[in-house]
Amino acid sequence: MLDAEFFRRWLAAVAALVDREADRLTELDSAIGDADHGSNLRRGFTAVGAALEKEPPATPGAVLMLAGRQLVSTVGGASGPLYGTLLRRTGKALGDDAEVTPAQLAQALRAGVAAVAQLGGAKAGDKTMLDALEPAVAALGDRTESFAAARVAAEQGALATVPLLARKGRASYLGERSIGHQDPGATSSALLVAALAETAEAAA
Amino acid sequence: MLINVPETVVADALRGMAAAHPELAVDIENRVIVRRDAPVAGKVALVSGGGSGHEPLHGGFVGPGMLDGACPGEVFTSPVPDQMVRAAAAVDSGEGVLLVVKNYTGDVLNFDMAVELAEDEGVRLGKVLVDDDVAVTDSLYTAGRRGTGATLFVEKIAGAAAEERAPLERVEAIGRQVNGSSRSFGVALSACSTPAKGGPTFDLPPGELELGVGIHGEPGRERRPMMTSREIADFAVEAVLEDLRPSGPVIALVNGMGATPLLELYGFNAEVQRVLAERDVAVARTLVGNYVTSLDMAGVSVTLCEVDEELLRLWDAPVRTPALRWGL
Repeated sequence: MLDAEFFRRWLAAVAALVDREADRLTELDSAIGDADHGSNLRRGFTAVGAALEKEPPATPGAVLMLAGRQLVSTVGGASGPLYGTLLRRTGKALGDDAEVTPAQLAQALRAGVAAVAQLGGAKAGDKTMLDALEPAVAALGDRTESFAAARVAAEQGALATVPLLARKGRASYLGERSIGHQDPGATSSALLVAALAETAEAAA
Repeated sequence: MLINVPETVVADALRGMAAAHPELAVDIENRVIVRRDAPVAGKVALVSGGGSGHEPLHGGFVGPGMLDGACPGEVFTSPVPDQMVRAAAAVDSGEGVLLVVKNYTGDVLNFDMAVELAEDEGVRLGKVLVDDDVAVTDSLYTAGRRGTGATLFVEKIAGAAAEERAPLERVEAIGRQVNGSSRSFGVALSACSTPAKGGPTFDLPPGELELGVGIHGEPGRERRPMMTSREIADFAVEAVLEDLRPSGPVIALVNGMGATPLLELYGFNAEVQRVLAERDVAVARTLVGNYVTSLDMAGVSVTLCEVDEELLRLWDAPVRTPALRWGL
């Protein structure tokens, strides 16, 4: 079972990974965007950490909803509303349970990813976050061991954005010149899933 | 770069703006700039916002006759919904608030979230989405046309209508008419550098230019070896007129991207006027200067807005903001 503490650790792990990889995210964003994805996410997840520490929510759902709200309020750009929606909708789907099963989390994350797709109007293959998130949630199963498979699926999904033509967001203006670059949003999404797997491994 | 650290660039600029413009109320912590006399009784309020790095847009256009409030985001990053809600609540006199939003994925998502939140607080909202950049040709497979120079026209002309106490629906309709009558095309002669990156955000070798560039350095239609001012004007005006085909007079904006001297901008304007004359397009008014910039990018954009008598009258109406002022 996964409790609120597990979710706080997950988000702390995301913050650490984003911090470590911020320059790489910004570099990727420089190629097909505007060179700020790393610094924007770092600002957001730092704020998430501070908010969770100030008033630690008691349930997994409340942790994710507070984190999502913080991202919306601090990140800006497209990634603020998109990541904010991912966490808020996942949290909402988890409801008020004090502990949730890996299967519940898998199902809730699918709802969160669907909400991202709806908000952004993107689909798999558009060279966006979804290219990492959709394979990741497809790989999630009933056991925490499946988180490792989700991590691999997300990383492969992010890598697979390299030959794609961007159809959404600022990279879409590049047209064919977006081909050959890894999508920064898919890359940061893979970090989110990697942090989940790390947190589960540390708890095991 | 003339900065302290990248993290405080926006806050530092706001502190400087507050010091230079006591007629504005600048909330540095929450990043909201409003007219000091807001809310103005009986008047529809205009709020805009967007990423920083395009100054004087939008904060420099706050004042009588134009915007009531502006919310600057991080550099090239849209503001967050909280800022927009705060700005809307601060300027709403009860007559409603018109949001002027440039068409970028981030701006649209954040403003849409703000609309939901502000309506919960009882603020009546209208929205004008600015999408004038004809360089984006394949709108079906991209995020759509970008909002660039026409933002100034929308903010000035709709702002004048609001100042005359037109109701929200009317101010919104005028804003949409201005956007629908405006088209832009931009050219970059050099890349811009963001504080976060500390260097150029894209690669544009000396001796080449990017035709159809966006105001964040987004690429346009093609890259070519350097052209003369005359050749660039032919290309840019042609691109705008392919799409706009005005039957009446236009207002022309020859807008510097940030690092191109006025000497060059005026020389370029002479070429723009020549092309327009050749194409039998009457120019009612012209504005030349750095208004919708892209940090330290060298380059220029041309925006044309077809006007009827009403829009021209509203354009000529008094305005008093840090970056645009006449008749007051």
